[in-house]
Amino acid sequence: MLVVAFVSFSLFNFVGDPINNMVGEETSDEERAELRKTLGLMDPIHVQFSRFIVNASKGEFGISYQLRRPVSELIVERLPATIELVVISALIALVTGTLLGVYTGINRKGFLSDFVLAISLLGVSLPTFVIGILFIYLFAVILGILPSFGRGEVVDLGFWTTGFLTVSGLKAIILPSVTLSLFQMTYIIRLVRAEMMEILQTDYIKFARARGIGENSIKYKHALKNGLIPVITIAGINIGTLIAFSIITETVFQWPGMGFLFIQAVQFVDIPIMSAYLVFIAFVFVMINFIVDILYYLIDPRIRVKGDVASG
Amino acid sequence: MLQVDNKSLSTWERIKDSDIYHSFINSPTAIVSSTILFIIFFCSFFVELITPYNPFDPSSLSLMDAFTPPSWTEDGLARFILGTDGQGRDMLSTILYGCRISLIVGFSAIIFSLILGVGLGLTAGFFGGKYEMIVMRLTDVQLTVPSILMALLVDGIARGLISREMHDEMAIYVLIFAIGISEWPQFARVSRAATLVEKNKDYVSASTIIGVSNIIIMFKHILPNILRPVLVIGTIGLALAILAESTLSFLGVGVPPTTPSLGTLIRLGNDFLFSGEWWITFFPAIFLVILAFSINLLGDWMRDTLNPKLKK
Amino acid sequence: MTFLKINNLSVDYQMRKETVNAAKNVNIEVNKGEILGLVGESGSGKSTVGNAIINLIDEPGKVSSGSVILGDLNIHENSESIVKYRGNKIGLIFQDPQTSLNPILTVGEQLIETIQTHLKLSKEEAKNKSINLLKEVGIKDAEIRFDNYPHQFSGGMRQRVVISLALCCEPELLIADEPTTALDVSIQSQILELIKKLTIERNLAVILITHDMGVIAETADRVAVMKSGNLVEIGETKKILTKPQENYTKSLVSSVPPTNKKISRFVIVEKENSDKKENNIKILNRWTKKEIIDQSLVQIKSLSKNFDDNFFTESSKNSVMAVNDVSFDIKEGESFGLVGESGSGKSTIAKMIVNLFKPSSGDIFFNNVCITKIKKRSELMEFRKQIQMIFQDPYSSLNGRLKVKDIIAEPITLHNPSISNIDLNNYIYDLLESVELTQKSADRYPHEFSGGQRQRISIARALATQPRLLVCDEPTSALDVSIQAQILNLLKDLQEQLNLTILFISHDLPVVRQMCDRIGVLKDGKLCEVSNTEDLFLKPSHEYTRELLRLMPKIESIYN
Repeated sequence: MLVVAFVSFSLFNFVGDPINNMVGEETSDEERAELRKTLGLMDPIHVQFSRFIVNASKGEFGISYQLRRPVSELIVERLPATIELVVISALIALVTGTLLGVYTGINRKGFLSDFVLAISLLGVSLPTFVIGILFIYLFAVILGILPSFGRGEVVDLGFWTTGFLTVSGLKAIILPSVTLSLFQMTYIIRLVRAEMMEILQTDYIKFARARGIGENSIKYKHALKNGLIPVITIAGINIGTLIAFSIITETVFQWPGMGFLFIQAVQFVDIPIMSAYLVFIAFVFVMINFIVDILYYLIDPRIRVKGDVASG
Repeated sequence: MLQVDNKSLSTWERIKDSDIYHSFINSPTAIVSSTILFIIFFCSFFVELITPYNPFDPSSLSLMDAFTPPSWTEDGLARFILGTDGQGRDMLSTILYGCRISLIVGFSAIIFSLILGVGLGLTAGFFGGKYEMIVMRLTDVQLTVPSILMALLVDGIARGLISREMHDEMAIYVLIFAIGISEWPQFARVSRAATLVEKNKDYVSASTIIGVSNIIIMFKHILPNILRPVLVIGTIGLALAILAESTLSFLGVGVPPTTPSLGTLIRLGNDFLFSGEWWITFFPAIFLVILAFSINLLGDWMRDTLNPKLKK
Repeated sequence: MTFLKINNLSVDYQMRKETVNAAKNVNIEVNKGEILGLVGESGSGKSTVGNAIINLIDEPGKVSSGSVILGDLNIHENSESIVKYRGNKIGLIFQDPQTSLNPILTVGEQLIETIQTHLKLSKEEAKNKSINLLKEVGIKDAEIRFDNYPHQFSGGMRQRVVISLALCCEPELLIADEPTTALDVSIQSQILELIKKLTIERNLAVILITHDMGVIAETADRVAVMKSGNLVEIGETKKILTKPQENYTKSLVSSVPPTNKKISRFVIVEKENSDKKENNIKILNRWTKKEIIDQSLVQIKSLSKNFDDNFFTESSKNSVMAVNDVSFDIKEGESFGLVGESGSGKSTIAKMIVNLFKPSSGDIFFNNVCITKIKKRSELMEFRKQIQMIFQDPYSSLNGRLKVKDIIAEPITLHNPSISNIDLNNYIYDLLESVELTQKSADRYPHEFSGGQRQRISIARALATQPRLLVCDEPTSALDVSIQAQILNLLKDLQEQLNLTILFISHDLPVVRQMCDRIGVLKDGKLCEVSNTEDLFLKPSHEYTRELLRLMPKIESIYN
């Protein structure tokens, strides 16, 4: 996985001419050359690349072309905002999504199930930015009870700035996190529901019924335990997707996180920021995959207890 | 035992007799959503014939008409049903033109990824071995990277490669490519899984024993048999592609404002949200949601009908 | 004394086009300490009756009328009341032990939960009871196995666990729905012995649902025969099997291949295509008939195949030898049988002969040419033409997207691209009529045909290239006995008329006895013995063959 990430950075290193994007049309050639030199763009490609890898492993990604500040500094500044947003959203999406998914999977018919399903289908059809705009319009413009942009007041803990400790910070995170989690939540509802419905039709559920096991035990012990296994994978992918979609949410709510930084970087072809963001994303994905594998090992006996089938 | 009656059925009679047709006739959601889709498709592709204005013809625009609210409000004008935007363009016409762009991009992207994904999935499933391993590894890696991020990435690279002057012209193709390339793993995974199932069926062995070549087996025998799940994914994918297009356009990395799509319109209108001109962003957003919702409803119905496992 | 009384039981399935009566006014009585066999072909409603007793019918089916009296309890009084008798008074066993157990709970957890649902026992008492139960159904080291997950048991062991679960609350009625169909013969006999033993020891009333007349003959005290939802006949097993009253029962019994003698043809009482007269094999005049000379058509020399799959190597370090140093000859014009249990390598050999798999070592000679070393496509095509195959599953062996005529045309046009359309159509019609199908079948799709008819289409396709060798891989094991008899008759006719050489692969010894001249017995990829059919059945030389013959359920056992 990391290899793939690195390949994409090396690609970035060859792509485009950042100088053109940084300076105006009237800049003289000498000035351009000077700038190139300071940014290290005159060096041969393999030197640039190896420097990139060495620096990346130290957490240094050079200087932003656009903002003219060290990228690592920018990242550290923006990281807490994104992480707080994603963690809150992931919790909302996973908990509500799983609960509603199990409920609709078990109670296939009924008003509440139909209602949740219709809403979830609508949720899959609502792009994040539209939800964001609607929320802003409703809660910020019309009702005026929640802020429409920014993080509110933050408390600096030295290495970390948090919005959790102030009222305005907490208020500020409500709209973005709900916006961000909604699409994922509806997605999880549908996946969990399908999983539960499939499990409830398996032979071992039928056999459990034939043994007279109570409906509650069948639904909430036999079926639910099996149904929750794929939720782990979903949770993994979910966090990755949330990070990606935080780009949009951060743009809509002008949330000062990494996604907002990244989208500005894309617009200005600011390669150091883009590559730093990608290293970060790749790192997160590798970690998520690793954790998911471990969880599988702990939860699914078919993986944990291998082989040794006794002969009949 | 199945009783075969002696008359051969015509194709139309077969369709009328099929479960799919009956499920369609008995499902109001399927009928309503496909009717809405038909109307939207029709209106946006024959938009010149339907709307009296061409919003992209500067001579027909008058700044005097700018910011006219919808016709049913106090200041509304009957000739601008949904009002006008900041340049005096009729909203309804602009939306329909934008919808056409969104549909073109969505369809092209999904067809592109369908061909790429099914091609790779089919060959991977059929030939197996190292080739399959590489293809599946690739899809795994790409599946963990959320599609919106992938599309942003591709768009970013393309921006670097293509000069600024060319960019606006090329934007739509870049967008199709970016969305298409981010959606193919779904198709590859589904078609590979289906191919593996079909490949092990005896009719494939029978054809091999007869002496039919691999290429013909793949396209004549296996491909028609794996199309059902692919079409389901394709329908849901179309909704995702349209949403992805509008999201990218909203973020400002999609189609240029000169040929706006629904996403671009929402972004442009978003600036006026706080000043009270809500209709400029509201109507494109609602239109987009209706479009995506209808496609999703149809896809959902298709999945339930075509999935033999969940048959009641 | 009558323990279970089923009165006028009817089950309806409300479908889109019509209402299907899966069971119609069925009346059955079962006594304690007796095994009632419930037989019938697929779609006869035998499983429906079994499930209806405990009201566990899949939607949209429902019990529409009738009552079920267990002892002095009317357990169908209302749909809720039946729930408390499940597991408690009535135990149920399903066909497939692989899917009957919850994969993420240990065997012990599932046992304890079931016991505590019905009996007031502490966890410790329930555990002791479970371990005793596991011992009773023949699981060794029950104390250790108690904490194992289902996937750690083999198929037969898993079925024992299922039985222990069905019996753990001491039910008085046991319903076993095809309990051994998914298992090999040797394990089948163990499970049936176990059920017989438990019936006597626990004084159970047992309903054994099966399609296998041999199993019925060996285990059931009384038998009920069902056809399309109707109870045809019920009575003592011996009486039903030896002197059946109803036509349907007669045809069912006569279709079962006898295990103790070889017959030339099966007597068909009810025919699938009743409008057809005697079969005239129309393709005969097109066929370039080979004179039979006494020589080997196929020679197999130390053939081996190991699957170097990651899947296998992971579980056991050394790769699995699916076929291990097998050699035999097939003479021109004969029927050669290969028998063995699942995993014996018989299908792998077939696939190597038709060149679907490459052998790991060893050679296959066809007509004195080594076909395993052919590289050129044109030469390979020549052999593809001469060796054709018929598969086990009639539902997967035909491409559902093609019309029957396109399915049969494929081999013809491939090997004779210049054939005119009229010739092609006539040839297809002749082929269809040779397998006793009408010309009209050509314009239909496979899903419009029954399993037996599909198998006929498969045969027509295989004959289209005028092969010399026909490899039949379990061609009838997915079919009902009455259909099996007809397909076997057809194969015999074709072989006789066309001088075909047949390699017949099956796990079913009686069928092989009826079909083959010589037989090879396979076990774990090794060939145990090859001998003439009658010699093999009368004086088997290998230990394993004797074992197989002993365990094979025999319908004739009822005479003794």
